[in-house]
Amino acid sequence: MKMKPNLRLPVVGAALATLTLAACEPPPVDTVQRGYRGVGMELVINPDERARSVAENMPPDIIPQIADDDGPRAGDIYQNVQVLGDLSVGQFTRVMASITEWVSPEAGCAYCHEGNNFASEAPYTKRVSRVMFAMTQRANEDWGSKHVAPTGVTCYTCHRGQPVPEYVWAEDPGGPHAKGLARAEQNIAGKATVAYASLPYDPLTPFLSQDYDIRVASDTALPNGNRTSIKQTEWTYGLMMHFSDSLNANCTYCHNSRAWSDWEQSSPARLKAWHAIRMVREMNNAYIDSTADWLPDSRKGALGDPLKVNCKTCHQGAYKPMYGAQMIDQFPSLSKKTGVAVDMHKQGG
Amino acid sequence: MAEYQNIFTRVQVTAPIYSGTDIGSDASNRTGATENYWLGKIGDAQLGPIYLGPTGVLSILFGFIAIEIIGLNMLASVNWDPVQFIRQLFWLALEPPPPEYGLSIPPLHDGGWWLMAGFFLTASILLWWVRTYNLARKNGMGTHIAWAFAGAIWLYLVLGFIRPVLMGSWSEAVPFGIFPHLDWTAAFSIRYGNLFYNPFHMLSIAFLYGSTLLFAMHGATILATSRYGGDREIDQITYRGTASERAGLFWRWTMGFNATMESIHRWGLWFAVLTVITGGIGILLTGTVVDNWYLWGVKHGIAPAYPALEAMPLQDPLTTGAGQ
Repeated sequence: MKMKPNLRLPVVGAALATLTLAACEPPPVDTVQRGYRGVGMELVINPDERARSVAENMPPDIIPQIADDDGPRAGDIYQNVQVLGDLSVGQFTRVMASITEWVSPEAGCAYCHEGNNFASEAPYTKRVSRVMFAMTQRANEDWGSKHVAPTGVTCYTCHRGQPVPEYVWAEDPGGPHAKGLARAEQNIAGKATVAYASLPYDPLTPFLSQDYDIRVASDTALPNGNRTSIKQTEWTYGLMMHFSDSLNANCTYCHNSRAWSDWEQSSPARLKAWHAIRMVREMNNAYIDSTADWLPDSRKGALGDPLKVNCKTCHQGAYKPMYGAQMIDQFPSLSKKTGVAVDMHKQGG
Repeated sequence: MAEYQNIFTRVQVTAPIYSGTDIGSDASNRTGATENYWLGKIGDAQLGPIYLGPTGVLSILFGFIAIEIIGLNMLASVNWDPVQFIRQLFWLALEPPPPEYGLSIPPLHDGGWWLMAGFFLTASILLWWVRTYNLARKNGMGTHIAWAFAGAIWLYLVLGFIRPVLMGSWSEAVPFGIFPHLDWTAAFSIRYGNLFYNPFHMLSIAFLYGSTLLFAMHGATILATSRYGGDREIDQITYRGTASERAGLFWRWTMGFNATMESIHRWGLWFAVLTVITGGIGILLTGTVVDNWYLWGVKHGIAPAYPALEAMPLQDPLTTGAGQ
């Protein structure tokens, strides 16, 4: 007996498979070996996505440096120059012109300065920018060897031509929920902070603003008094999703996944990240929080805290911001603390 | 009988509806039976009669209550918005109480509902177990199915009750939710230093994958020999026919050894049951007896060391003072 092959089933099956896989990245992906062979420490890179990301993370055109350091200081000529007063007038003007391009290309000088009185403290944006200058100088001078060198940080690293950087955060109040229910602080869809997982969706507040312990695993084989809960572990897990998403790097960029906590098996990037956590905490507490009293509500989150810094603010999907393009060499005035910036990191928590 | 060669069912044998052998006075509790062509595609075309009895009715009732508590809590977590409930369903959960409550009874809104849902779900499952046991007995069968089911219940109870009680905290238990229970699983392994170094986890994986392998081997063997009557496998246990001989010969040629028409079913049962028995032991030991499975593996020589990534391996910045 000859039977007619039934073609309906394979066709339906192929259609279903296509639908199911539609959300996946198309192959091929590249892998870069970063550890001893066989241990699976590989960086996974999608070439198309990487090409897009590189194009999006190009450094801007830079106004050439002025060799001439002679003449009067900016602080002598202009009133109320509290951070960059030691620069020559030419150098000072170049930095101001650059920051205008980096932060407020559309609004121009008027974004931070009053039109007829540039010395005025009235615009809150001017006071914020002073804090930001101090924060940038502190990062380059004191966090350089720990995290930001040799790439360095300028205003552009975060701002990219926008008055408020694209990737900032504030405490997440979560979505609306029934009144009688305790806020679970997790299990909600669409939370980009934790890469859309159902994990606790605001791991930034406890770890990048406050300093809760990130470590969860024990350092002994047998129970030894570590009462860290699985729920707590999920917060750490959420933070790691934020790292991974911000750098567009998989776990093994820093860790050997067989023993997350073991430093000896970790890549040097993990030590950079460890310092970055402390650096970002300082940025949020000593610098950004100092603006909380007078910052307008439009620059605060739903719970009234200022918009803050996390990994993605600088990294924007690149394992090194702008893939390591060095702008700081061209701006020595941003690479060490000057004026009122010298002591600003000592405030706050 | 080439029809049997197809991997999908091509032949339906239909017969008058049959309500089974007399199992005593309970027979009156059986409800009616019907026939369905599409059910016949994947199994027996006769649907019913179903016998629920007191345990069945209570089991379904308790199970319904548990699902209802879980569902309504999920709905409450999106402010009773049905659209968000459907959109976010895979993310939503009913979480166990936070760690600070230990083993005490928490307020309803902060884990109490989880405890209650767990109670009703457990009651429902245990009643269903009683039912599988009783129905097997009434049918004059062995109670193998009930004991296999008990294996799964063991793993369930370890995860949601026995281990949390030993750890002194309900928060150690698994949340009710699709993605949340998966996140819990990953977090569990992260907290306890990589579950892959837990030998009982290894055994459980071996039995789980082994089960699927055996299932495929057995199903394929029977279908492949059905033209010689291989589908009459129970007959062939005692009256070994050409189907049984060919199947055995095939596996001996392939790998030197073959199961018998009888023993293959013992292989299947034990592999499946051992998956959850060993898995439950592995979970039970985690946090109670062993706190970091990777370090336990190093201590007992099952986690090999590899050459360092760097000439100078990293050291914990907290102990070297690099953070200062």
